[in-house]
Amino acid sequence: MEQSTSPKFKQNAHHALHDASLQRALGRLKTGFKDKRTAAIANMPEFEQLRDTARDIKNHTLANLDHYLSAFEANVIANGGHVHWCADAEEARQTVLKICQDKKAKSVLKGKSMISEEIGLNAFLEKQDLKVVETDLGEYIIQLRNEPPSHIIAPAIHVHKEQVADSFRETHKGRDINRPLDEPRDLLDEAREVMREHFFAADIGITGANFLIAETGTSVIVTNEGNGDLTQTLSKVHIAIASLEKVVPTLEDASTILRVLARSATGQEMSSYTTFSTGPKRDGDLDGPEEYHVILLDNGRSNMLGTEFQEMLRCIRCAACMNHCPVYGAVGGHAYGWVYPGPMGSVLTPSLIGVDEAGHLPNASTFCGKCEEVCPMRIPLPKMMRHWREREFEKHLGPQSMRFGIRLWAWFASRPALYGKATGLAVRVLKSMAGRSQKIGKLPLAGGWTDIRDMPAPEGKTFKQLWAEQQAAKKA
Amino acid sequence: MSSAPSSPSSKPRVGLFVTCLVDMFRPTVGFSAVKLLEEAGCIVDVPMEQVCCGQPAFNSGDLESARKVAKPLIAMFENHDYVVAPSGSCAGMMIKHFPELFANDPELAEPVKALAGKTWELVSFLTDVMKLDGVAAAFDGSITYHDSCSGLRELKVKEQPRKLLRTVKGLEIKELQEPETCCGFGGTFCVKYPEISGKMVGDKTTDIKNSGADMLVAGDMGCLLNMAGKLRREGSDIEVRHVAEVLADMTMAAPGIAGTEKG
Repeated sequence: MEQSTSPKFKQNAHHALHDASLQRALGRLKTGFKDKRTAAIANMPEFEQLRDTARDIKNHTLANLDHYLSAFEANVIANGGHVHWCADAEEARQTVLKICQDKKAKSVLKGKSMISEEIGLNAFLEKQDLKVVETDLGEYIIQLRNEPPSHIIAPAIHVHKEQVADSFRETHKGRDINRPLDEPRDLLDEAREVMREHFFAADIGITGANFLIAETGTSVIVTNEGNGDLTQTLSKVHIAIASLEKVVPTLEDASTILRVLARSATGQEMSSYTTFSTGPKRDGDLDGPEEYHVILLDNGRSNMLGTEFQEMLRCIRCAACMNHCPVYGAVGGHAYGWVYPGPMGSVLTPSLIGVDEAGHLPNASTFCGKCEEVCPMRIPLPKMMRHWREREFEKHLGPQSMRFGIRLWAWFASRPALYGKATGLAVRVLKSMAGRSQKIGKLPLAGGWTDIRDMPAPEGKTFKQLWAEQQAAKKA
Repeated sequence: MSSAPSSPSSKPRVGLFVTCLVDMFRPTVGFSAVKLLEEAGCIVDVPMEQVCCGQPAFNSGDLESARKVAKPLIAMFENHDYVVAPSGSCAGMMIKHFPELFANDPELAEPVKALAGKTWELVSFLTDVMKLDGVAAAFDGSITYHDSCSGLRELKVKEQPRKLLRTVKGLEIKELQEPETCCGFGGTFCVKYPEISGKMVGDKTTDIKNSGADMLVAGDMGCLLNMAGKLRREGSDIEVRHVAEVLADMTMAAPGIAGTEKG
């Protein structure tokens, strides 16, 4: 598994905030996905009802997960495919490797898959002397740059086209070094040409799955580049890797959720390509893989069932939460330090790698609630981040000073007379510190506040003092 | 649970929840709230034993402390028809989160539900319950309005303050580019992650300055102190006020949240 840098969230964020190129890229998020989502939803009056339906479908599925997974497995097998149940990352990696070795494969194509990021598949396969090529353009770019994705649907959102051109010149050998690569079109054409060779040479095609459909034994992927189709149809073997919660009962259910997915993600009515794969190539089929494998990965999901984090398993990875999150918008995806960034990552990452490792993530939120507002599956993300904070508090994981401060405050706050005296005193002190300027530029114990802003001075007495005086005067 | 007043003679009895930041930093906001409520036909009472809604502990994951601080409020407002707070955040805590906080307490579940059912954010109470459709206030200048997150998303306070502000004589509203984007306050967030908070509030003050408004108005003291502190650090003299002060015609009464020296 990829080493996480989540414990260094603060340092990561510091670097991100001082990275001018990243800040420029993040600025574009505002006018990109966000506005497109708004427009797409304005065109669909029944969007809110669809969200309810989508949520209900997933809730029902999660409540009967064993049933639907068994049905899915039975149908895949009936269609001539194979299902591999994998408890953890290592088991999933070994399973992929075994399939590759059985086929004496040399090269592997990848359609974008967050799960394969989660299990660190590329690095693992490369160590086994397999050539791995990412086929999603964004994913391909960061593969060349040797970076993890910074966004779950737009992995290279932090990269500028000039940087892409540099990577291409460096890695696409045998071409004119001075060829023009200034326009996005140039880059696309070159990527397409290079990719084409890979498509025809590949032995194994690995994709993720946006959905697994129980009633038909089908895996579904959505892409905008068609790379997923080519990955899974041109290769001799198609391996779909999906986590357990991706299953839905019926085709109809998958179609319903697809209607909220693209609108929430990119503001499209539908992704350009939606591909349903049901088993290997049949007799008489013109194309398709000879073998079809589904890896059903748990990797911590089943531990979330029956807990306050179960609702997180409704997530369909649309990224609406990160597109709209002001914290993600300030620091970008790499700051979160692991595969899943933004609000969904702040809930999911502690579940998967432990809250002691990822404790910053659920804390680094203002609870502004925008993520929940835009989540098509109505996942109460702030509430679940708060549940993580509760777990941390129970486990004494947060800073000791914070814990002590809260307890001390609660002690005062449950003694109204004492609290009134303390606040009255605090207000007088603050007022005198501010002096005539009526603002405080440096406040002991609140450096976090005064490093970046002044503290406006209080008026001089507390409301309750003034109110008591006023009431007394009225009676007199 | 109470209903709206049945006749003018039966004035609703409103318990004012003052909020910690109003109590300490801007008593004027409390007095503005009292004035607005009385003018709207309420009898206002301020229980002096009230302290805090428990939100800082609740959001820090310390539910035990949150319950300890919040519990006294349940009995304190038992005899009021309504509880009103000049804050979407504290009202939201009592309306949305108290039921969750006391969910496993069989004795308190019902009283907490009753409290949640009669608690309101000030401006939405004035418009949605008291059916106030205008105020007798004047302000010669332009304001811009920041939609604080809790009020906006938990309590759907959006149109109500604008509706009343439009009736303030001489006042012009200049909308922000992004009125609904968080200002980066977030309670303990602003001191735990000051750099990120700083970036967020910096984006916000840029938006505020670009609006060209003379005054920034919002319904929550936390956000206002945050934005005011940043505006002052940047040397801006845009005045900062709680919406209650503007509606109660008390914008000359006190120095304002980021005081200029004219007060």
